[in-house]
Amino acid sequence: MTPIIEARGLSKKFVKRLDLAGKIAQRLGADIHEEIVHAVDNVSLSINAGEVVGLVGESGCGKSTLGRIIAGILPQTAGTVLVDGKDTADMNSTDRTAAALAVQMIFQDPFASLNPRMRVEQIIGEAPLVHGLTDRAGLSDYVDDVMMKVGLDPLLKQRYPHQFSGGQRQRIGIGRALAVKPRFLVCDEAIAALDVSIQAQVLNLFMDLREQFELTYLFISHDLSVVEHIADRIVIMYLGRVVEAADTEALFDDPQHPYTRALLAEIPRLDQRKRDFTPIAGEIPSPLNPPSGCHFHPRCPYVMPVCKTEVPKLAAQHDLRQVSCHLDNSTRRIID
Amino acid sequence: MTVISVEGLKTHFLTRAGVVRAVDGVSFSLDRGEVMGLVGESGSGKSVTGFSIIGLVDAPGKIVDGSIFFHGDDLSKLSARQMQALRGSRIAMIFQDPMMTLNPVLRIDTQMIEAIRAHEKVSRKEAWTRARDGLAQVGIPSPEQRLRAYPHQLSGGMRQRVAIAIAFLNNPDLLIADEPTTALDVTIQAQIVHVAQKLCRERGTALIWITHDLAVVAGLADRIAVMYAGRIVEAGDTDDVIDHPRHPYTVGLLGSVPSANQRGQRLTQIPGMTPNMLALPEGCAFRDRCTHSDNQCSKAPQVSTDERGHAIRCFHPQYVKTPA
Ligand SMILES: Nc1ncnc2c1ncn2[C@@H]1O[C@H](COP(=O)(O)OP(=O)(O)OP(=O)(O)O)[C@@H](O)[C@H]1O
Ligand SMILES: Nc1ncnc2c1ncn2[C@@H]1O[C@H](COP(=O)(O)OP(=O)(O)OP(=O)(O)O)[C@@H](O)[C@H]1O
Ligand code: SF4
Ligand code: SF4
Ligand SMILES: [Mg+2]
Ligand SMILES: [Mg+2]
Repeated sequence: MTPIIEARGLSKKFVKRLDLAGKIAQRLGADIHEEIVHAVDNVSLSINAGEVVGLVGESGCGKSTLGRIIAGILPQTAGTVLVDGKDTADMNSTDRTAAALAVQMIFQDPFASLNPRMRVEQIIGEAPLVHGLTDRAGLSDYVDDVMMKVGLDPLLKQRYPHQFSGGQRQRIGIGRALAVKPRFLVCDEAIAALDVSIQAQVLNLFMDLREQFELTYLFISHDLSVVEHIADRIVIMYLGRVVEAADTEALFDDPQHPYTRALLAEIPRLDQRKRDFTPIAGEIPSPLNPPSGCHFHPRCPYVMPVCKTEVPKLAAQHDLRQVSCHLDNSTRRIID
Repeated sequence: MTVISVEGLKTHFLTRAGVVRAVDGVSFSLDRGEVMGLVGESGSGKSVTGFSIIGLVDAPGKIVDGSIFFHGDDLSKLSARQMQALRGSRIAMIFQDPMMTLNPVLRIDTQMIEAIRAHEKVSRKEAWTRARDGLAQVGIPSPEQRLRAYPHQLSGGMRQRVAIAIAFLNNPDLLIADEPTTALDVTIQAQIVHVAQKLCRERGTALIWITHDLAVVAGLADRIAVMYAGRIVEAGDTDDVIDHPRHPYTVGLLGSVPSANQRGQRLTQIPGMTPNMLALPEGCAFRDRCTHSDNQCSKAPQVSTDERGHAIRCFHPQYVKTPA
């Protein structure tokens, strides 16, 4: 089966340009230079139709950057993105438009991502009109239909975003994405900004829509319990690189990468009482100056000399799991 | 020994649009070393409860009823100066944004030394030593060096730990932690909870941990109080509240937390929206979202407490068990 989305060796570098003061200081011989963030570092990932893939990692590890590249709204520095097996860079304009519609993105902040001066009808209806999915005459019905799918009352379509609650605004954002009949959604922290009691509503909506419209998701979140709930497969990132990817159950039952293990140990769970909270040692390193070799080595309890000099490869294991670590399983078990 | 006792606290905001009853009859007390989780959705009055205790409610807000006793002393009887002296020494508070505690234009050492010397006559040298030890205790590497840093030179998680170090400089009897980990990653969250838990245990500090995250307080708190629209609707031992929630709102909240045993299934969701504090329904404020409401609920339910001290405000208590 051709994956619906495939990323091959994607990289993204951001250059933090010097401001004027920095430039002058540099001229005068100060040791300052433009800083480069390797936000996404040689990431490959393929997602099959109907799958929900969770993307997890600490703040700044490159989740949003990867999501944006895959959604086609941020150009990569290197690597390719294939939609239905076709390289987006080689597509003709018809195919490119089709691919752009097929892949939609939903953002964290339901307010900032909606134009405050547009009525809901316009927010949801604009793109389908432009792309000929409906005509002017059919627009009103089209929007009603989308609103009902995401659990909004069509009677409210003349309202502006600020007249809705956070949960409703997120539904508008989801409606806007669904309106162009996508097959693949990149959901970037799509429930993080919502209240607890509302998060469950929106998470349920995502699950219902997936079933109804056979959608495929890349579900980005820093919250492992949310991802555990919704994803079939989970990809863990650390400082721009994928460190482990596995089926949800396999990952939770038997995490392999030392970082994954530490992360899982730290999720607060309802059934753990009076626990001692014991954090991973060390600080998150700066992405501007990541540690050599394996980025996790300064915090890793299993660190070996090779970890400091060589980048571990992301290697597939027997259960289709991929792990990027110099430690092999048998060694890890002995140490444990 | 009771450290803090809040009785029938009402803190209202008199706004142009109407009276916001942000805290509307809240009571609880904490013993030395006890940890209480104060849980509830946005706008339910958790922060205003904390601000009321520490005496930082500003106009248009006002404590209109009830009392707060700290070691048996009625705080409303204290002068502004006495209250100021209490704040930052015996009662400390940390916030979601550590910059509420930290001054962006001062170095960490200056701020910490000031915080000590504001409450105690000690030499700068001694204050500096205590500041350094304080940073070390919250797990900040090379504390001598960090003391010379400005807040913006530290990561968010480090800033929060500096705020905790400052809160503990004068050995408070009560720490109010208002969502101190909400903006942070799991691994950093664990660091923050770890240091707060450790310091409170070592020093017998009573702790009120304000959060919307039930899973965090399940692991941290001895007791949990659940707030909805300005009132505590359920309170009791952590095990009782989490395993045997009685109030429909708590039942709903627990059902909406994703957990391993429900992987891939629909979550139980609480219908409706977070309430508009200016237009609460008559009677039980949860009435228009509650699947168990009936005519009786148009009157305000009173608190009923069982023999284990498990208290709820509801006419129709539930008897469910949270699946483990
Ligand atoms: N437009 C940009 N210019 C410069 N640097 C950027 C830009 N966007 C992202 N970065 C940097 O790239 C790295 C990855 O950022 P990204 O937003 O992808 O992380 P993330 O995993 O989504 O984090 P979060 O959980 O905080 O959303 C960070 O170090 C960030 O500072
Ligand atoms: N200065 C103010 N003026 C008017 N209303 C206020 C003011 N401060 C707080 N309120 C109201 O008091 C209520 C309780 O607010 P509070 O900040 O205690 O909520 P919270 O439970 O801490 O919520 P969150 O989880 O969002 O922090 C809210 O409805 C809020 O709008
Ligand atoms: S490669 Fe080495 S440092 Fe990195 S996670 Fe594996 S054992 Fe730890
Ligand atoms: S008092 Fe009535 S409306 Fe309120 S929570 Fe109980 S059953 Fe529901
Ligand atoms: Mg992001
Ligand atoms: Mg608050």
